[in-house]
Amino acid sequence: MSKMSISRLGKELYTGEKSFDFVGRRMLWYAISAVVLVAVVLGVSLQGINLGIDFTGGTRYTVSVEKADQKMADELRTAVGDTSVEAADGATVRTSGPRSIVIETKAVGNGSEGDADIMGAITKTADVAEDDVSRTGIGPSWGERVASKAGLALGIFLVGVILFIWIYFREWKMSVAAVAALLHDVVITVGVYAIVGFEVTPATVTGFLTILGYSLYDTVVVFDKVKENTRNLSRTKKTYAAAANLAVNQTLVRSINTSIIGLLPVVAILYVSTVQLGTSALKDISLVLFVGMAVGTYSSIFIATPLLVHLKSGEKAVVDAEKRAAARMKEADKYATVPVFDEGMAVSDAEEPDELRESDSDDLHEAGVSRGTGAVSNNAAMGKGRNTPAQQREVSDSGASGRPQPKRQSRSKRK
Amino acid sequence: MARKTARPGRTLALLFLAIAIMFGGIAFAGTWKPELGLDLRGGTEISMTAKNSEGGSVPKESLDEAKSIIDQRVNGSGITGGRVTTEGNDVIKVSIPGTGKVQQETAERVRQTAKLRFRLVACSPQKPCGGGAGGNDPGSMIQQDPTGGAAPGTSPRAPFAGEKASPSEGESASGDASSKPSASADADAEKKSDNATVKVDDAVKFMRQPPTEWATKYSSFSCPAPGSDPIEDVPGQPLLTCDDQGAPYLLTPAVIEGTEIKEASYGIPQQQANYVVTLDFKSDGNKTFAETTGAIAGSGEQFAIVLDGKVISAPTADSRISGGAQISGDFTQKTSAALANNLKYGSLPLDFPEEGIQTRVIGPSLAGNQLTAGLWAGLIGLILVVVFSVLYYRAMSIVVIGSLAVAGAATYGMVLLLSETAGVTLDLPGVAGLIVGIGITADSFIILYERMRDDMREGRSMRVAVDTAWVRARNTCLASDAVSFLAAFVLYVFATNEVKGFAFMLGLTTIIDVLAFFWFTYPMTKLMARWGFFNKGHVLSGMDQRAIGTVDDARPGTTTLVGGKA
Repeated sequence: MSKMSISRLGKELYTGEKSFDFVGRRMLWYAISAVVLVAVVLGVSLQGINLGIDFTGGTRYTVSVEKADQKMADELRTAVGDTSVEAADGATVRTSGPRSIVIETKAVGNGSEGDADIMGAITKTADVAEDDVSRTGIGPSWGERVASKAGLALGIFLVGVILFIWIYFREWKMSVAAVAALLHDVVITVGVYAIVGFEVTPATVTGFLTILGYSLYDTVVVFDKVKENTRNLSRTKKTYAAAANLAVNQTLVRSINTSIIGLLPVVAILYVSTVQLGTSALKDISLVLFVGMAVGTYSSIFIATPLLVHLKSGEKAVVDAEKRAAARMKEADKYATVPVFDEGMAVSDAEEPDELRESDSDDLHEAGVSRGTGAVSNNAAMGKGRNTPAQQREVSDSGASGRPQPKRQSRSKRK
Repeated sequence: MARKTARPGRTLALLFLAIAIMFGGIAFAGTWKPELGLDLRGGTEISMTAKNSEGGSVPKESLDEAKSIIDQRVNGSGITGGRVTTEGNDVIKVSIPGTGKVQQETAERVRQTAKLRFRLVACSPQKPCGGGAGGNDPGSMIQQDPTGGAAPGTSPRAPFAGEKASPSEGESASGDASSKPSASADADAEKKSDNATVKVDDAVKFMRQPPTEWATKYSSFSCPAPGSDPIEDVPGQPLLTCDDQGAPYLLTPAVIEGTEIKEASYGIPQQQANYVVTLDFKSDGNKTFAETTGAIAGSGEQFAIVLDGKVISAPTADSRISGGAQISGDFTQKTSAALANNLKYGSLPLDFPEEGIQTRVIGPSLAGNQLTAGLWAGLIGLILVVVFSVLYYRAMSIVVIGSLAVAGAATYGMVLLLSETAGVTLDLPGVAGLIVGIGITADSFIILYERMRDDMREGRSMRVAVDTAWVRARNTCLASDAVSFLAAFVLYVFATNEVKGFAFMLGLTTIIDVLAFFWFTYPMTKLMARWGFFNKGHVLSGMDQRAIGTVDDARPGTTTLVGGKA
């Protein structure tokens, strides 16, 4: 993508010469997201979420060695991680004082096969006897209490965000759309993470929380433009959907650039840690950030804004704007004002001239094609860019105004 | 920012001056590396073995409860990034990042059982048993302001102070059986009442006329040597103990339990010079406290505040006090903060005797190659960001790269300062927050730049477009950063452990982003707009017509930009 073309694109997007129909094709985006959501939910339910030691507790091996240094800890980490024991996948290994090394794995039954494998790996790598290794159970450091507190924090945060967006944009529907997009992002991010099968550690939990913030951040940027564009629908002569769509198009270049700049470091870290490091917390967290930031940018454009337009579509002001726009369209396009077929209306068809000639001229008159006789439908205002209000009183023809007018009679004589 | 006539040059100069001053301060302190977290660098591990004073095993509930209380104490400020786990059936392990002085203090603080009780003083060096009062009181009592709020000068109260998870001694399984000489012989018979407080009237009776057996015990009592195990404090029993200065006391059975404390804070009240710890009682505690102070008001009799079996202050009361108490004594900011923190989160249901405590240095849990790999990868990522910006923004990339540099320097400086003063540590999640911060910082510039282009497409000159774009971009940036900050704030206040440290970093980067946007990005762009190179649209400026895309599309009715090759 040369600079030339993207600037050009930016300009065309800005003026609306070029426009991607993000809002109009919302069903497509919903469908795509629905498919992905169903896929990840299925994936998670089949695979389960792989919780780390901090959540489940586990087993701690304390190895007494001559001299505990970082090098030996690193060797042990590799050796234990390389065993076929599933519980030892996310093992943490650290030195503890000058003479011992502590290895924490997920719960391993005492004397089980996995236990023997891990013991074997430890004794071989550290060159110690089995007696130099002691094992105990450890409890979770992130127990239920922490989880419930984090849940409480999330709840309060969501309420706060809903209120903030509502107050700032004076539009609760924006809150709803933003939070829906947020949930969409979180479910997809968690799902992808679980399907990849990485372990959920406190570090990844904070990664998820980062995503919450970022997803909303991005949505607010786009909504700010939407709000700006839809401020004066009656004056700008646009429909809400068109104005919102233009807003997304106008922020598109910004969204692309921001996500590129935001994702470059994350991708670099993800790449390096996947290629170089094997199992590592760095890989876990960069995967979360990568998926979350990408999905967060996507959802602001393809989910949040279309959803907002969807929610707004029932509002009176929005509906009126739609009607005005439709009327203007007809005005601009004279073929759009072909009268709608009315009961008993004469059908003129070039291919059947005989029928036309035979038709009674009275029929034409009754069909209300010429100016009405009082029994006229609202079609009179068609194409004038106005919506005629529902008629409350009897009307009669008026030669002066060129369209039916209310009868001018004293109240007692009115029917 | 002031009006549009603001001088961007001056703002920039001030900003750089501020950063220089900050780094001057850091140089003065002499640390150039932030404290790294447990995962990246390791730290101090304290292993504490709980003892069940009744013998037998430690109940799992008590151990878990002790764990959560210790957890709150360790992470009370939230940015130390400590980790607390239970091991086996009776061990609690506390890991604190870093090995400096702050960590030692935290370790000290963690072990305090923090059992606080209020008793009346029956005998003391100044007050012979059953006699009148002496004059010398180590502490004094200050009447709370009648509004019932915290005393002026105390720290603002945090919402949701730690839940008082600890059950009152009566139902706690820790069993405060008496094994100390201070307890009566027929402990079993009195067990029930031993674990409960007594009525104020009974305590007052005891105070004025201590039974002879206790008076004799008191006369033969001498304070234990410093460093020995604390004296067992059984609420339903009189207590023989000492204060910091080694003065012996005979105290009545307890009248108020520490579990009655609703809130504890610390600070320097107005018109005073020393730190005090302010206590707020729950309603029952309030009533009892008012009753107690009422009973001894004006008589010169003292009551004693006993923490872990030690008298920490023995004030008199001038009048009936309702609405809380203050403990004054010789506190420093740190000790008062620690005490308030411990009282707030309740007392431990278990004792951790001295002999079962080991402190050792632990290594990082992540391999050393992870940090280096991560740093390299981050650097590569940043280089890519620079390359991309230069390709897309041409000379304007000076602004985005500059804003990243400024935000980076400011964040790094703040982390250094805070790791010195508040024990902030940088761990992997914190680093993640910083990485996302890169995107958010760059985004501010991108929003401004794209809006400027839009305005120039409308036919404005760059000089004007900077200001018109700024007004909208500023609002967008503030709104979206407010959401980020809200996330950080809520998580910091309500979450625990690592999440707190992360939330702190997120909040910090968000604030710094806003500052960099206001004090660097905007003034810098404004300066650029004054240079002909940019505002005449030189082909390399990133502001030429080609970049804006108006090159062959000068719409009728708008002024075409000057210069810039079509």
